Amino acid sequence: MMNIDLGHISLLIGFLLIIVGFWGVLTQKNIIKIIVGFSILNTGINILIVSLGYVKGKTAPIIDAAVSQGVNHNVVSAVVDPVPQALVLTAIVIGFGITALMLAYAMKLYSAKKTLEINKFNDLKW
Amino acid sequence: MLRNSLLALVILALGYMFLNVYTTYDTRTDLSATMNSGETIAQHFASKGAQEVGAANLVTAIVVTYRGFDTLGEVTILFLTASIISFFLKLKDEESDSEIVHRDTSELLVTASKVLIPIIFLFGIYVFMNGHLTPGGGFQGGAIIATGVALMILSQPNIRLNYHVIHWVESISGISFVVIGILGIILAGGFLDNKILGLGEFGTLFSAGAIPIIYSFVGLKVGAEISNILNKYQKSQKSNDAISN
Repeated sequence: MMNIDLGHISLLIGFLLIIVGFWGVLTQKNIIKIIVGFSILNTGINILIVSLGYVKGKTAPIIDAAVSQGVNHNVVSAVVDPVPQALVLTAIVIGFGITALMLAYAMKLYSAKKTLEINKFNDLKW
Repeated sequence: MLRNSLLALVILALGYMFLNVYTTYDTRTDLSATMNSGETIAQHFASKGAQEVGAANLVTAIVVTYRGFDTLGEVTILFLTASIISFFLKLKDEESDSEIVHRDTSELLVTASKVLIPIIFLFGIYVFMNGHLTPGGGFQGGAIIATGVALMILSQPNIRLNYHVIHWVESISGISFVVIGILGIILAGGFLDNKILGLGEFGTLFSAGAIPIIYSFVGLKVGAEISNILNKYQKSQKSNDAISN
């Protein structure tokens, strides 16, 4: 089909995790399982963004012995794209915040009705 | 039934979309853009980053200096999360000393946590102080410190974390982050410019100007915020137990 390299593998893993997470969010009835689904979805998207920054055969964007020495010695041709990695660092922190908030809501919902079944919370349904 | 088939349709459509992207995707072979011939932002960071910022880790250079304002917003979001959780899980009897009798924690866990917790804290501090040299940084180091706090809560369920220490560490690090940013306007090129201190020798601990200091404050702040969230969870678990008993 095509030549398989790290970029394709991580892209595939990202897509699979997104689909699994999306499936979990849509089908599960337990609130904790829905939150786990959101976490998986989040992780998949992060892997996807990082894999888009992968450059074939290049190393991590840290200038040390792996990259040819010297402050400005042809770094451009030795490293992968650092920008998506920096963006994903932000996204991970936001994902943590969202997960923490969802867990707090889940605790509050549980103390209100003593159940975590999403179908039991039908007060606004008509 | 209709619901399930609709769900299957959504998932399949998503999968088909991804399959098309996957089969036509070509891994990049260099940092240049495909559309125009100008220098891309990634090329600029890779070629000039070491000179301009002095950090060996280019991701840190981007996160703390080039996109430093974004990181300030990120820390603010984390602070906001901690505040919302504190507000949301507010307890009526927060100050009361009602203790729940938990099942005894395992002797192994208690003993091992006594050995591990100082090492975990030390590792977290190492990670955020070396953020400009190694993979890691403030957020990662803060998260590692918070795992130590989580282990502490697991091994001693009735432990009372000192809320005031967490609060003060968080506030002082947040204010210091902003003050360093403002010093950048006065002494160097702009907000959060790291050249307020000398760039130092490339690749050593005391290099890259203000980056190690900023990232240490970020690490302390993140660690304190996550510990605060864990503390809130632990306390509200107590109140939930009290209701159900």
